[in-house]
Order: sequence, then structure tokens, then C-alpha cells
Amino acid sequence: MSERTSLWSDLHKKLFEKNSLILSVGILVTVSIGGIVEIAPLFYLDSTIEEVEGVRPYTPLEQLGRDIYIREGCYNCHSQMIRPLRDEVERYGHYSLAAESMYDHPFQWGSKRTGPDLARVGGKYSDEWHRDHMRAPTSVVPESIMPAYPFLETSELAFENVQANLRTLSLVGVPYEAEHLEAAVSDIETQLDPFAEDYDGFQARYPGAVMRDFDGNPDMVSELDALIAYLQVLGTMVDFSTYEAEADENLR
Amino acid sequence: MTSSQTLQRSGFDINLAAVGLITLLGALWALFAAAFAPDAAMKGQSWLILAGFLTGLLLVVGAIARGGVIVDQSEYNEDLIKAGVIASLFWGAAGLLVGVLIAFQLAFPVLNLDAFGFTSFGRLRPLHTSAVIFAFGGNVLLATSFYVVQRTSRTRIAGGVWPWFVFWGYQFFIVIAASGYLIGITQSQEYAEPEWYADLWLTIVWVAYLLIFLGTLWKRKEPHIYVANWFYLAFIITIAVLHVVNNLAVPVDFFGSRSYPVMAGVQNALTQWWYGHNAVGFFLTAGFLGIMYYFIPKRVHRPVYSYRLSIIHFWSLIFIYIWAGPHHLHYTALPEWAQTLGMTFSIMLWMPSWGGMINGLMTLSGAWDKLRTDPVVRMLVLSVAFYGMSTFEGPVMSVRAVNSLSHYTDWTVGHVHSGALGWVGFVSFGALYCLVPWLWKKKGMFSKALVDWHFWIATFGILLYITSMWVAGIMQGLMWRAYNELGFLEYSFVETVEAMHISYIIRAVGGVLYLAGALIMIYNVYRTIKGDVTETDEAVVPQPALAE
Repeated sequence: MSERTSLWSDLHKKLFEKNSLILSVGILVTVSIGGIVEIAPLFYLDSTIEEVEGVRPYTPLEQLGRDIYIREGCYNCHSQMIRPLRDEVERYGHYSLAAESMYDHPFQWGSKRTGPDLARVGGKYSDEWHRDHMRAPTSVVPESIMPAYPFLETSELAFENVQANLRTLSLVGVPYEAEHLEAAVSDIETQLDPFAEDYDGFQARYPGAVMRDFDGNPDMVSELDALIAYLQVLGTMVDFSTYEAEADENLR
Repeated sequence: MTSSQTLQRSGFDINLAAVGLITLLGALWALFAAAFAPDAAMKGQSWLILAGFLTGLLLVVGAIARGGVIVDQSEYNEDLIKAGVIASLFWGAAGLLVGVLIAFQLAFPVLNLDAFGFTSFGRLRPLHTSAVIFAFGGNVLLATSFYVVQRTSRTRIAGGVWPWFVFWGYQFFIVIAASGYLIGITQSQEYAEPEWYADLWLTIVWVAYLLIFLGTLWKRKEPHIYVANWFYLAFIITIAVLHVVNNLAVPVDFFGSRSYPVMAGVQNALTQWWYGHNAVGFFLTAGFLGIMYYFIPKRVHRPVYSYRLSIIHFWSLIFIYIWAGPHHLHYTALPEWAQTLGMTFSIMLWMPSWGGMINGLMTLSGAWDKLRTDPVVRMLVLSVAFYGMSTFEGPVMSVRAVNSLSHYTDWTVGHVHSGALGWVGFVSFGALYCLVPWLWKKKGMFSKALVDWHFWIATFGILLYITSMWVAGIMQGLMWRAYNELGFLEYSFVETVEAMHISYIIRAVGGVLYLAGALIMIYNVYRTIKGDVTETDEAVVPQPALAE
């Protein structure tokens, strides 16, 4: 036994400890195996992402709202990933599917719940509640320890370049077509106006998207408009009445 | 030999020219960004970047004017390591201070000062994590690896001006990343928040770091590569791979701050936690094990306990660690086969971790009395003990059943901090306490008693921190899943938040104590460098110069 190990340590001494390039290659090979075995299959195994109806790319307004969510670091305290555990499903709703974040660049599953999960917060509270909550969280949840974001409703949303954002997302695989890109800037204001001229065009591009003035101030497109639009769409895209968790194609 | 006039300088060589060109191109890019950036955040930050590159350019010009940088092969480059020691202490204090602030924010939300958003928890938390991991930890690794690779190769560091490029380039990366967080520039991937241009810059710096390290090994005068260098090399190579893959992104505009990652959803999630867990495994573990394998034997004057164990420790640790990422995604939409693989390897990881711990602790065989007489040894030994504790806790938490309770709670935060404050922090402080008298040629530290005070105050702080987070985390996990007798959920979410208030205060106090320890250390180091050392410390043995 001891002979065998000393043979190995002899070899180690002559090979890896004498030549830094062999050592480097050895390290590179050793650390590459695990990552390749675990990550690569996720790109070609069909079972990785479920087949569901309803998941669409974000509207330009929702996408900019998402960028604000990221900018403010909301992911530091809020997850967007409901686990298939009894209490979580009862507290937050149907457990999260991989399909629901397939257009999320980057994903926002989070790792810590200092505040509640937000994967299905869409439609749970009114826009008015969200406005109050962003202005002063304790006005609607007295025990809350969340920071306030009063500046969102007074900050103009910068959206003149939103077409570039959508184009970049289409480069990395989000199915925005030419018509989505062309209408990107006007779609921001269209979504904020339920009586907009291009109502039908917008609904064709983004089926089921909610159209209304989210921040309650029709004179201005604010960052709060975008953030509430994003929060209100979270978890609402999939119609779970048509989803069969036990179907063959959804078993993973 | 000590007078700097006689030392050989590089002159204006290709290295200085290349570094000058890099800073010039960087400055040009920043100038264009200032003019054409599509977003306000980048418009603001571009001036800072411009100032940084121009400073770099001035330093290059200054070096050329002095006849190049010192490259005298008869001396180690110790100025570089002195700079690293001072940078480590500075960033350590800054990172801990932000940590204390955000800890108090969770107990007293009014401290978010939220009128403009710069100081809200969501922006400061990445500032804290990046400052302690990459700014403090990174500088400790730079300083110690440059020291160890020179000493164990018995040669001056390779690369002319490049080591200085790596040092200052890395500080510049920290400043870009940190200032970006405050104004809302982030790509939101935890511990990889800096945006594409900062990532690109770090890639350049890191490749230079790797080449310097290898270059120094190539001209070594020792026949074998010492074990500490295996760990440093694994850390440098693996971090390069992780950094590049996890940060693959397409910028929205060549002069703008925003980018979108190439991957989405589930693939993005696993890649991120493959990165995230191995930032722990290779940045915070492999690199610091390099410190353990050099500084503990040096300080106690004993050889490493087992050479064979160090071989097994090294290869099994780096092979197994890389698989452990999926345990961050238990019960998520990640396919179950990947979760199970991650859990299996996380449990296997316990063995190499403890193999390393045993190798570190048993190095004290025959020198255990130093625990009583030398507070620096005590610090190093306690750090290895904390390493053992958190590498046991980690595998336990990676079990799916345990993870269903611990995940998303402060138990995870407590676990991370027992590793970060106990292992990474203490092994770093121990190494710095060794380095300061060696580098500045003193008989000891200014005050051994203050080292002792640092040790006890910080240890007490860690205990407050991890026990309060165990209580908070396990309590919150249990409250989330509690049902009343009628079969309804017992607690609303916000009731669990309320219940943690007292734990959050205790945790913040623990953080204050740990910070106080670090400040004591900074004072002690300052007085030592200043030359106020009066007592000779037998534990401090002057290190031989290169020519001796």
C-alpha cells in the first residue's frame, strides 16, 4: 500500500512539480470536467425546459422595469423561484417552471428571502398599493424593513434607446421580430394608454399584456411606470389550467 | 546593494511600452464614452475611468523618466508586497465598515437614507460582498502569492513592470466596480455584479497575473514547485475560466454600461452558481489554502505534516469542488439530476476539506506550545478550525432535506460568515501579521498585546454573528412552514421579518466587534511600520534576502 502511494508521489514529484505547464494543464483538465458534465446537457436536453403556453418576451416597458429592478438590487432580498414545497405553493402560488424564465437575461431566481418571493406577485396587489409601497413601504406593511424608493415616481424613464436594448436581447435569443424593434419606442407609451391607437398591434405583439397607466400620472412616463408594469406581469404569463405537471414531456 | 542607485532598472522596454499603450487606449475609450454614452450612469462613470487611465499613463511616464522600473535580479520585489499589505488593510476596513452599515440597515431601515437610492441596501450589499471578497481577499491573495512565489522559487518576480500593472490594474477594477454599484451599474449576478467593461478589464489584469506567476515559476532556482504554489496556480487558472464563462454578455452599446448575458433562465442560473460556488472554492478556499501551506509551517518552524496528504488534498479538492454549484438550486426549476449530482459532490467535498484541515493543524505537531505564546499562531490555527467547521456545515446544508429549510434564510448568511470571518479573515490577518515585520525588517509587531486583543474581540464578534444567524435562519425557515391546527399557514411573511429584529441587532454588534479588531490591527501595523517596535518577538525570524 505504502509502496503504491510513494510511486504516485514520485510520479507527482517528477511530473507536476517539475513542470509548471504540465501542472497548469492538469489543473485546467481537472477543474473542467464537473462544469462540462453538469452545464452542457442543459443546452441540448429537451426535458430541461417544459413545454407550456403563454410565455412571451417582455414588453419594452416591462423590460425597462426589469432593468430598474436589477439596478436597485431587488434580487438581494427577493427571490423569484417558488419551490414545490407545500407551504411555498400555498403562500406564493404554483411552483416556478424553467419555462417561465427562459427569456430572462439574466435570471432573477435570487438566493435570499429577506422579503417575500416575487415570482407570482403580478396581479396580487393593485397599482395603487405598489405606488404607496414604493413611496413608503411601511405605509402598507407597518413592520416592513424594505428601503423606500420615492424617487422612482419623479424620475423620467429613459426610453429613447429602448430599441437597442431589445435588439441586444434578440441577439442573445429572445424572439423579438423586426416589428417589435420598430415599434419599441412607441410601444412604451402605447402600453400606458388603454385607449391607444395601436391597441391591436400591441396586443398582437405582446398577447395578454396589461395596458394602463401604472403610476397614476398620465403626464409623465416615470421609472415607477416601468417597475410596476414589470412587477404586475411576474408569474402571470403561463395559463396553469392547461399545464399538466404529470404529462410525460413535463417530467424531469 | 540596498541603495537604490545601484539597482538595475529596466529602461524603456517593450513591457513599459505595452502598459503605456493599454492605458492610452483605455483613456481614449473613456473619452469617447464621456461623449457618446447612451446612459447617464456611464456618462458619469466615464470621467472616473478617464482619470484612472490618465493616472496610469502618468505613472508609466514617470517610470520611463526614472530609467524604468527596478528589475534587479539580486533582490526580491518587496515594495510590491508592501503595497499589497497596505491595500489589503485599507479595503478590509472599508468592506467591513459597509458590512456593519448594511447589517444595521436590516435592523433599522431608516439608515437606508433612501431619498436618492445611492445608499439603499440593494446597492450597498454588492459593495460589501465585492469589497470584502475581491478587494480585501483579492489583495491578500495578490500580496501573499507574490511573496510566496518569489521566496519558494528563490528568484525575483518576473515581468518587469507587469507586476505593478497587475497591482494597480486590480485596484482600478475595484474602484470601477464599487463606484458602479452606487450609481446602479450591475448585471445582478451575485459576486459577479460588475458590468462588461469592468469584466473585460479584469480579464486583461488576470491574464497578466497568470503570466507573471508562471514566468516566476519558469525561472525558479528550486527544483520543485512548492505546494502553496499549486494552490495559487489552481486559484488563478480556475478563476480565469469562471470569470470569462459566467460573464459572457453582449453590451447594448459599445460606450454604454448595460449588457445582457448570453444565457437565460435555467442555464444562466446553473452557470452563475457554478461560478458562485467556485468563487468560494477557488478564490476563498484554494487561494487561502496556499497561504495556509506557506505561513503556518513558516511561523511554527515545522514542515508540512504530510506531503502525500497535500497531493491528495490538492487534486481531490479541485476536482470535486467544481461540481458542487447546483446545491444552490435545490428544489428550483433546475432539473433534478443536476441537483442530485451537486448534492453528491458537495458531501464528498467534506473529505478533501478535512484532509486539508488535518494537514494544516498537524503541522503544529511538536509546536503546540506556540498556541499559548504566539497570538499569531493562535489566529492561524483558529482559522483552520473555522475552515473545518464551515466545510462540515456546508455539506450538511447541501443535503436537499436540510436545504429545504435553510435555503433563502439567514442560516446561509451565517454559514458564509463563519467561513469568511473565521477562515478567510483570520488566515489573512495571521499572514499579514507575519509579513509586516518581515517586510519592514522589524524585530516584531509594535504590540503583541494588541494582536491578542484583536484575536479575542474578533473571535467574540464571529460567535455573536454566527449564533444569531443560526437562530434567525432556522427560526425563519420553521416559521415559513408552520401550520396551525386548522391546516392554514401559521405566520404571514412579515411576522417572520419582525421576529428576526433582535437577531439582526446581535449580528450587527458582532460585525462591529470584528471591525474593531481590524482597526486595532491597522493601528498596530501603522505603529510597527513607523518604527515604534520596542520588544523583540522570538516568533519573528528575519527572512533571508535573495542574494544570501
